[in-house]
Amino acid sequence: MALLQIAEPGMSAEPHKHRLAVGIDLGTTNSLVATVRNGIAVCLPDETGRPMVPSIVRYRANGAIDVGQVALAAQATDPRNTIVSVKRFMGRGLKDVAHVETMPYDFEESPGMVRLRTIQGVKSPVEISAEILRVLRLRAEASLGGELTGAVITVPAYFDDAQRQATKDAARLAGLDVLRLLNEPTAAAVAYGLDNAAEGVYAVYDLGGGTFDLSILKLSRGVFEVLSTNGDAALGGDDFDHRLFCWMLDQARIAPPSSEDSRRLQMKAREAKELLTSCEEAPIQLRLGSGEAIDLAISRDQFAELTRNLVQKTLGPVRKALRDAGLAPEDIKGVVMVGGATRMPHIQRAVAEYFGQEPLTNLDPDKVVALGAAMQANALVGNRKADDEDWLLLDVIPLSLGLETMGGLVEKVIPRNSTLPIARAQEFTTFKDGQTAMAFHVVQGERELVSDCRSLARFELRGIPPMVAGAARIRVAFQVDADGLLSVSAREMSSGVEASVLVKPSYGLSDDEITGMLRAGVERAGDDMAARALREQQVEADRVIEATEQALAKDGELLDAAERDQIKVVIAQLRSLREGQDHRAIKTGIEALARATDEFAARRMDSSIRSALTGHKIDEISV
Amino acid sequence: MGVTLSESAAKHVANYIAKRGKGVGIRLGVRTSGCSGMAYKLEFVDEALDEDLVFDSHGVKVIVDPKSLAYLEGTELDFVREGLNEGFKFNNPNVKDACGCGESFNV
Repeated sequence: MALLQIAEPGMSAEPHKHRLAVGIDLGTTNSLVATVRNGIAVCLPDETGRPMVPSIVRYRANGAIDVGQVALAAQATDPRNTIVSVKRFMGRGLKDVAHVETMPYDFEESPGMVRLRTIQGVKSPVEISAEILRVLRLRAEASLGGELTGAVITVPAYFDDAQRQATKDAARLAGLDVLRLLNEPTAAAVAYGLDNAAEGVYAVYDLGGGTFDLSILKLSRGVFEVLSTNGDAALGGDDFDHRLFCWMLDQARIAPPSSEDSRRLQMKAREAKELLTSCEEAPIQLRLGSGEAIDLAISRDQFAELTRNLVQKTLGPVRKALRDAGLAPEDIKGVVMVGGATRMPHIQRAVAEYFGQEPLTNLDPDKVVALGAAMQANALVGNRKADDEDWLLLDVIPLSLGLETMGGLVEKVIPRNSTLPIARAQEFTTFKDGQTAMAFHVVQGERELVSDCRSLARFELRGIPPMVAGAARIRVAFQVDADGLLSVSAREMSSGVEASVLVKPSYGLSDDEITGMLRAGVERAGDDMAARALREQQVEADRVIEATEQALAKDGELLDAAERDQIKVVIAQLRSLREGQDHRAIKTGIEALARATDEFAARRMDSSIRSALTGHKIDEISV
Repeated sequence: MGVTLSESAAKHVANYIAKRGKGVGIRLGVRTSGCSGMAYKLEFVDEALDEDLVFDSHGVKVIVDPKSLAYLEGTELDFVREGLNEGFKFNNPNVKDACGCGESFNV
């Protein structure tokens, strides 16, 4: 018997056609799945009522694969085959992964993405993540009583193309249809309904188990734009536990504990930390393996003092992110807290002090990202009313996309901050007579010169019918889907020959690179304009010289020797000007050559008309 | 007679309406569709229509249009949990047979 959920007025689905959609927060430490049920976003718990799945996958010798809590328990006994924090490896090469040497895994470098050797063979991070996603999918299907139409999966705002693509691939492998990838801070903002709130700039403070991220989002006309992100990949709630753990060792004056004792002490530390969120004091009592008893208590203030510098450490990235966005703390309209660690009262206090306002904390910070993703998924499969359409959230392109043109210049096809998805086409033409192939170089960045932008892909269009320069019409279409993945195609309009490329860079841009390139784009705008003007004139000079020389070779007999020499002198002058840096001088040279060849051009015209008319009777050519 | 909610269903409906932030009650209805002829409708109601019949059950307004009522007379809406899944279930005495999953039915 199917169980029914309450639909929005007029939105009851046809029987057997319920569009079940979920949001998934695929976290470094924990993952969650959520859905909108009876109009409310809720996280879907497992049989024991736990909503969070530890993002841990263990490959066992017998071919079984454990995910989550079960795998967590094996972390100490089978570290090599128990993969934690696989998210850090998504779309990354070995050299990009920090602290490889301290990790217990057997890495294998392979092009594009690092792989891990396990007892069940070599696994890519995509496959490992897919195991976590599969568990979440099965849980959702059991909870919702049907197959999923699609899922929205969240990714950090700083994830580049390669990391996003890897996440999408993992979802596909897990049997999920990805409706969209959504930035984690955006999802959190959606869960708080900020997309319906007044326009403005919001900060999302995300302190997870092992990572800290701060994002500055700008909301305008229903579009969230990520202005800047910053963070610390090695700072999280676990560090607070560790501080407390060290304090316990120090207070109880115990020798370095066995690994079993150490594990239990750490668990006690975590419990005490969580207790201090609601109580003023937390007792810490346990008996060690040696029989020695530990009986301590810690107050909230003591704990705050103990971890004060950790809290301070999070404010560094906050400052940097604001600086990158060119904003001051008072420009922030609201602060969203994400991640279980933000429950700690002294963190909330520090954030409130810094921004001069109370942060938003009324939603469960562990769940808020998944809830926002579920709301987005629900809207994307059409479970909301038409008049709520504005609600559909849009992401934007962080950097302009364009093509290299002659002279190493960038022709921007899609400007930065365009909303996704988007398709734009532009026509290009051939540069030389009889040109039958064209090379395309797709670049990303704000600068005018290709060398200052990032190269994304190259492809060639062959089989263009030979034509005079400028006659071929080649339509180049850029298409960016809702997840920010780009495909480019080129088509010669008269013959229909076509070539295309799906941009799947092995490494995309890091957040630092993006902000760096953006800043450079603004600061260097003046230089760029001059450089562009120079290149344009150089290209034009080359074109004019080539055309003139071709004409001389073909119709040189129309001029006498002196006239020919005169033109050659002007060409030589232009050649030497072209090597210089003054675009105005080159322009003058081009004009001089144009003047010098006026007479020649006129004679060529006459001669071609004469040859066209020769042998024809008057009435044949009358119109 | 009319249409009623079980206590657990009423509690959940009231809770959902409160969280949703608007709505005067829920609408139970039937429409012709599905493999066995008819299907249930279960929706939030922001505004009842003039011809609607309104029943009060455990403090929750249950709204039914007159045409549907013919097929729903005596129905109790229950809230049940089945494994990880949970949701509403129509206990309708008028049903002669239903499709395998119970989403559509025949009277």
